[in-house]
Amino acid sequence: MTGREVPVLQAEGVAKSYGGRKILEDVSLSLGQGELVCLLGVSGAGKTTLFNILSGLEQPDAGRVLLKGRDVTGSPGQIRYMLQKDLLLPHKKVLDNAALPLVIRGMGKREARAEAAAYFPRFGLEGTEDQYPAQLSGGMRQRAALLRTFLGSRDAVLLDEPFSALDALTKREIHRWYLGMMDELQTAALFITHDVDEAVLLSDRVCILSGSPARIAAELEIRPPRPRELSFAVSEDFLACKKRILALLEG
Amino acid sequence: MKKLQSITAKLPAAGALAAVGALWLLVSEGGLVPSFLLPSPAAVCRALAADAPILLKNAGVTLLEAALGLAAGILAALVLATLMHRVRALYRALYPILVITQTIPTIALAPLLVLWMGFGMAPKVTLVALTTFFPIAVSLLDGYASTDRAAADLLRSMGAGRRQIFLILEFPSALSHFFSGLRVSASYAVVGAVISEWLGGFQGLGVYMTRVKKAYAFDKMFAVILVIVAVSLLLMALVTALRRRACPWEAYEKIERND
Repeated sequence: MTGREVPVLQAEGVAKSYGGRKILEDVSLSLGQGELVCLLGVSGAGKTTLFNILSGLEQPDAGRVLLKGRDVTGSPGQIRYMLQKDLLLPHKKVLDNAALPLVIRGMGKREARAEAAAYFPRFGLEGTEDQYPAQLSGGMRQRAALLRTFLGSRDAVLLDEPFSALDALTKREIHRWYLGMMDELQTAALFITHDVDEAVLLSDRVCILSGSPARIAAELEIRPPRPRELSFAVSEDFLACKKRILALLEG
Repeated sequence: MKKLQSITAKLPAAGALAAVGALWLLVSEGGLVPSFLLPSPAAVCRALAADAPILLKNAGVTLLEAALGLAAGILAALVLATLMHRVRALYRALYPILVITQTIPTIALAPLLVLWMGFGMAPKVTLVALTTFFPIAVSLLDGYASTDRAAADLLRSMGAGRRQIFLILEFPSALSHFFSGLRVSASYAVVGAVISEWLGGFQGLGVYMTRVKKAYAFDKMFAVILVIVAVSLLLMALVTALRRRACPWEAYEKIERND
């Protein structure tokens, strides 16, 4: 945890309703630097709505979003957001897809490509620079989408079920890779998943969003702290965390 | 390997074409139909060879009219469809008119255009532009409308404005649709040019066609038809080649789909 320093990403009392139906009420959470927080909740609990608000795509009815203490409510482009699908643009080469956030921010195309290319080896994408997304496997597409998400935004990212479309083996491999990379990058990540195992494995803290309207019903620290051994996935600690989360979800 | 596959894939079409040719040969040479009604393939080939210079010269004129008209149609479709996509009110106002104009028969329009613009190239180019405009405009509008909303959200979350979203996402996603429309339009273009030449003009395949028809020279008539087919195919092939250049990613998507 980060002690008393200013949180990287903070939501304060966020509320949102659609057509008279309250979706979110008084949702508050905060992420410290490099912290991995998982948002867990049943389908339709309002997780994606919360992400749309955090990313600035939607304006909340009440509450604010702060990035390093700065109010960024309703202003997109500040916090990188990875939506459920990889959404690589089929007509752009992988390198141009990755460089997209830089180009949108106004960086010259050549410069953006050079900066993006530097990350390709770390993301296991070497040699795919000039390929089109249709030529990549599912796992590679996901890593390319992650690279695009992390590029040019070192503070905080929002990941909406980034690995849900992958098969179990690819998932395990990408989990390992993801944890290794997060240890390096020191980027705070808020992560949506339906998968309790994934939540325990990939986070420092799990927040449970539930109720109608939804609010943060419980928070749970995952022990031991990162970086963890791979054997954590089969340890007693892991099971204990999982049991508590399942109890909270049902209760 | 890929080459072989593409050859075997074309075999049924080649077979069907050969069958039609054989049937034609049988019917005409076998005396089932008198030769003044249906000339034999050999007679058509002879006419084609004999008339080659004059056919080529006229084909050049028709191709030029078709190409100019098509270019004008493309330009108009691009501008109007893009404006209609960006300005919702314009879309609502113009879409019904667009559809209605499509129900006006080309044949009815052609003499009017001749009346207004004379016997030169202008009425032909205009008619081609009018007929080619619609398929392209509609396919572009469809293409713009079918952009992935989630992808647009993603770009917005990166801070992209409407202009950037259009340039990065909407226009490239509409390109495949655009080329599908263009392919249809390319085949309309040559036919449109020929029709407008029928109704008045000094040169072109349509003019030549009416001339040989009046002479009951059906072998020459068939030769002209073959040339029209060839010119249309040429234009369509050009569109396909252009599409390959403009949308290189499509090649990989097709491979993925076949597997």
